[in-house]
Amino acid sequence: MIRVYVPRDSAARSVGADEVAAEIAKLADVQVIRNGSRGLLWLEPMIEVETAEGRIAYGPVGVEDVASLASSGFLTGGAHKLRLGNIEDHPYLKNQERLTFARCGITDPVSVDDYVAHGGFEGLKKSLALSGAAIVAEVAESGLRGRGGAGFPTGIKWKTVHDARAEQKYICCNADEGDSGTFADRMVMEGDPLMLVEGMTIAGIAVGATKGYAYIRSEYPDAIATMKQAISAAVAANWLGDNIQGTDKSFHLEVRRGAGAYICGEETAMLESLEGKRGMVRPKPPIPALEGLFGKPTVINNVLSFAAVPYILAKGGTAYKNYGMGRSRGTLPFQLAGNIKQGGLVEKAFGITLRQLVEGFGGGTFTGHPIRAIQVGGPLGAYVPVSQLDLPMDYESFAANGAMVGHGGIVVFDDSVDMAAQARFAMEFCAIESCGKCTPCRIGSTRGVEVIDRIVAGVERERNLELLTDLCQTMTDGSLCAMGGLTPMPVLSAVRHFAEDFDKPVQIAAE
Amino acid sequence: MSGKHTLIDLSPGEAVAARAIALRYGNKPDALLEILHDLQEELGFIPEAALPALAKALNLSRAEVHGVVSFYHDYRRAPAGRHVIKVCRAEACQSMKGNELAALIERSLNITFGQTTADGAITVEATYCLGNCALAPAIMVDDKLIGRVDQAKFEKIAAECKA
Ligand SMILES: Cc1cc2nc3c(=O)[nH]c(=O)nc-3n(C[C@H](O)[C@H](O)[C@H](O)COP(=O)(O)O)c2cc1C
Ligand code: SF4
Ligand code: FES
Repeated sequence: MIRVYVPRDSAARSVGADEVAAEIAKLADVQVIRNGSRGLLWLEPMIEVETAEGRIAYGPVGVEDVASLASSGFLTGGAHKLRLGNIEDHPYLKNQERLTFARCGITDPVSVDDYVAHGGFEGLKKSLALSGAAIVAEVAESGLRGRGGAGFPTGIKWKTVHDARAEQKYICCNADEGDSGTFADRMVMEGDPLMLVEGMTIAGIAVGATKGYAYIRSEYPDAIATMKQAISAAVAANWLGDNIQGTDKSFHLEVRRGAGAYICGEETAMLESLEGKRGMVRPKPPIPALEGLFGKPTVINNVLSFAAVPYILAKGGTAYKNYGMGRSRGTLPFQLAGNIKQGGLVEKAFGITLRQLVEGFGGGTFTGHPIRAIQVGGPLGAYVPVSQLDLPMDYESFAANGAMVGHGGIVVFDDSVDMAAQARFAMEFCAIESCGKCTPCRIGSTRGVEVIDRIVAGVERERNLELLTDLCQTMTDGSLCAMGGLTPMPVLSAVRHFAEDFDKPVQIAAE
Repeated sequence: MSGKHTLIDLSPGEAVAARAIALRYGNKPDALLEILHDLQEELGFIPEAALPALAKALNLSRAEVHGVVSFYHDYRRAPAGRHVIKVCRAEACQSMKGNELAALIERSLNITFGQTTADGAITVEATYCLGNCALAPAIMVDDKLIGRVDQAKFEKIAAECKA
């Protein structure tokens, strides 16, 4: 039996992986394994054949290519125009620093045996023999900061929950991943979900929580299904549930679906949603670490934060900390998206520049036109102009330049982009997704759309630009959460760096 | 479900379905979103008659249940077409001519977002990011993600949905 790997990742499926898998399965002496994606998404569906020389990849493969692949002897790594060679030697992969995504694309995502054979559960095994305080100390030592956007030190958050006294504590994973340009959480859940299960379980043992929830957005049906499979597999192998691996430690994990509300990615709105309520943002204090889910001490972390933990426990906090720059330690799985030639997942230590990512790894735009703007950090992140391409990816450097790293999503736009339209969309998105609690966010965003429309229409441009700046200030100052508070970031960055787009001759509509 | 337009019909079937699903979740109020998802999967939408039944089963007020149903974009108050196509309108898809694709889809189906085609085959909805931003523009047909969508791909999908 020759093993052929065809990803089950939904991005790969979105361009025909299922059809390719079915066609390959018809060949004699072939075992098709549905792995996660390696993250070279422009090459999907990318298949790999296990040979004596390693895993030889071909891509992007269409169903119509399978016959010619077969006659070229692809099952023994034969030559073909789609042959990419040994995938481990591909520069896109070779030049990455994959700590979190070390296994993704290599294994069968829901096989516990595969997971363990590739270093899985090493971190949990160690944790089972440690005190909660010692686990928390290891995470603090790593310098890990929350990957959901705000960059809050994970060790401090865990210590607060660890030190809190309560009969019940909770672990909540924020898998709402609503930011445009991001898909790393999805890739973890579809490609290496046991790593998330392990990270959350370690968190539970560390702080003394026996119950966890993964709140996954409903737009991710594959991730939801794969996570549920992974949880069942982990329970069956006694890595999750009661008396894990014969110890006195227990942890139970449940998946909950979101229901299509961006604001439920904000942690307190997510808690409300997990309690079965409308996703209204809660005022802080109290902080969720002390009064979170059902009023109990709760650890809330992003998928990538939990996913970094197994490595940290297995290899030590210092090993993780040795990557990165300044106060941004470790690696970040960047997501290259939008108008980009080689879109995909690039995990690198903090400090890599935007240029190295979008030009080096990404190969420039998909259309071949010059890059004009890059939105980094999701819909609440700034539009970065080409003049800032040499900015290092680091929380502090970005903040100093009026931008943010956020969840590491990088959306490239070519020279056809209209930045006034992008600014308008930022306001419109805020109006659609606002939870409605504060006036500056709820009303201000709608006003923002109108003001930008007037600027574009050439109505009192100077005065309306001033009005827009004032409005943004009001939103920044008077919003309870970052939805209203950060919407001004993309808007003002567009005005600041692309002023000419707000000063174009007025188009006369020809009906 | 043909009787739901008549005034005297109390739609007991819908209330029964709602109660059965709530029971499956132990009548726990925190599971309300899950219960509503399951109900919508079973009935295609969240009927009015289900709300008081759910409120009673979960020991919530009817206003609380109504508030949740209306807050979340996912829950439908009326039946959708046989297929639901969600079109990503977010930034990464915009950068790949997603707005043009959206306009093309509206023209091609002769409806606007939120509407259902006259033959009841397709409901088209706007969504904001499907996590397929490296293979933009993206749409989701029922539960299946589709990447790098262009006119030809869309026309083929629409024809399959209408078949
Ligand atoms: C409007 C809004 C949306 C957010 N969406 C997400 C999200 O989708 N995923 C996420 O992990 N964090 C999101 N956050 C950040 C969370 O509030 C919170 O900081 C994070 O989940 C904490 O985990 P971390 O420390 O591991 O990053 C969002 C915040 C705001 C204000
Ligand atoms: S800023 Fe907007 S989203 Fe955040 S709490 Fe206020 S109204 Fe809700
Ligand atoms: S922005 Fe369209 S799939 Fe992410």
